[in-house]
Amino acid sequence: MRIVVPLKAVPDLVEEIEFTPDGTGIDREYLAFVLNEWDDQALEEALLVKEVSGGEVIVAGLADDPGIDQLLYTALAKGADGAVKISGGAQDTHARSALLAAYLAESPADLIITGVQAPDDLDGQLPPMLAARLGFPHVCVAIAVEAAGGSARIRQEFSGGRSQQLEVTLPAVVGVQAARQPPRYAPISRIRQVTQAGGIEEVTVPAASTQPALTVRRMYTPEQTGHAQMLTGGTGPVADQIIELLRSRGLVKG
Amino acid sequence: MTSMASDVLVLAERAGDQIQDVTYELLAKASELAHAWGGKAEVALFGPPELAAQLPAADSVICVDHPALAGYLPDAYQQALLHVLRERSPRLLLLPNTTMGLDQGAALSVLWDAPLAASVTGLTAAGGVAVATCQVLGGKVLAEVELAGERAICTVVSGSFDPSAGQAGGPAEVVTIPPPAELDAPRMSVRQMFEPEAGDVDITSADLLVSVGRGIGSQDNLELVAELADALGAPLSASRPVTDSGWLPKTRQVGKSGLKVKPRAYLAFGISGAPEHLEGMRGAELIIACNTDPHAPLFDIAHVGTTEDLFDLVPALTERLAP
Repeated sequence: MRIVVPLKAVPDLVEEIEFTPDGTGIDREYLAFVLNEWDDQALEEALLVKEVSGGEVIVAGLADDPGIDQLLYTALAKGADGAVKISGGAQDTHARSALLAAYLAESPADLIITGVQAPDDLDGQLPPMLAARLGFPHVCVAIAVEAAGGSARIRQEFSGGRSQQLEVTLPAVVGVQAARQPPRYAPISRIRQVTQAGGIEEVTVPAASTQPALTVRRMYTPEQTGHAQMLTGGTGPVADQIIELLRSRGLVKG
Repeated sequence: MTSMASDVLVLAERAGDQIQDVTYELLAKASELAHAWGGKAEVALFGPPELAAQLPAADSVICVDHPALAGYLPDAYQQALLHVLRERSPRLLLLPNTTMGLDQGAALSVLWDAPLAASVTGLTAAGGVAVATCQVLGGKVLAEVELAGERAICTVVSGSFDPSAGQAGGPAEVVTIPPPAELDAPRMSVRQMFEPEAGDVDITSADLLVSVGRGIGSQDNLELVAELADALGAPLSASRPVTDSGWLPKTRQVGKSGLKVKPRAYLAFGISGAPEHLEGMRGAELIIACNTDPHAPLFDIAHVGTTEDLFDLVPALTERLAP
């Protein structure tokens, strides 16, 4: 079983966001990038599938994603069997799915497991787009994946804690919401070792046509119309004010 | 006919025989837009056609029924929806950003060749053009985008629109479309359904909730907040990262994929306020948020906030409650 896990570098959400001079995009130049957290969950789930059912896990990134080498090496250090860097970059998820689909047409996978969404694109839901391009079935918001012969058993979560287990014919694409266990860590020493060994395979794929993009009029930070009244004065006085608020509503006895 | 389509199609979300509330929100918005364009608000309903009676506000309910559409099968829904889109050629397809919407929106964007605007919280017809407001980066940024082409798809954050106009009126015209042949050979099947597990504590019935998020850092640190919760006689609840890490059971999770709560007061420690979390708790009477990041989105909907470090504030609160 060949499991491919597409990974994406996304802006670190703790960073201050700046916009491009024309106000229609996020200025990425000074942003720090991290692995999309849903992709981290997807990688964990893929490694769990491999541990139970065998096979190999190949992580795949786009060459133009900032810091992608580091993300791929970290995935190798966690237990991925191979890493692929696909030439080019993608301005949106449609373009990303086209590049990945071109790679997967050349190097087919039985299971493609990736994060259910990425937070930085307006159309950031890769798994169904990829599946539609490849003609595969897909399941999103997955919380557990098991391989079972020529099919996979995928637990799909709905709102309010309901879920269902689907039996899906392979090949298939899975959009992971959360892995069965928290993503594992790779020790820095191991990442360094893997990085020194190299081993990222670089592949070139033909450019593909994609859907017309949306026209962005402007991007902005939401106005904080209903902003909280901020308590100040240090820990003690803030604690006093909170207790008083709760007491005035009869939520604290005494 | 060469003029631009003016109908707006909503895909109904149902759980069993119950049309879900989010469908009414989308239908209200679909009516507003379609009527501004001189078109119709249509609902695609997969399953028993008699459920169309729950959709009186639609101009038309387009029904497709087939054994593969008895429950929610992503593959069957995709085939049926593509079929309806080709039959009805709407200008705009509205989906909720639920599991169903996440499955269908992006796939149909490729298969029906239409741009996708995800995480939409606002939608207006500015003259002939639809303009959507989308959340980006977990709601830290909003983008205003034009859906100027012949067709487009939006996945809408639930709670964005007033559902009342989507519930009244009617009755709707019911149009039954024969199912596409692909439904006879589905590539997936349901093995098992799981209902929510019953928890030791029902966080939806508590007057006061003490809630923790990613900012707690580790399971060991939970003890600190648990002491405060004990002192207040309130259950401990959490945002998704905490339950995903296994630090608290799933039955304590507040948010889109967890439980919706409306306590009289909600104390949030180390929760930044991702849109998925806000969906579950914005109805609380009093929201008190503690987060060291002054730009945390939770402060936008909280009534009272503080940037004090939770590791200082929580023990200070507990101390003040000591008998």
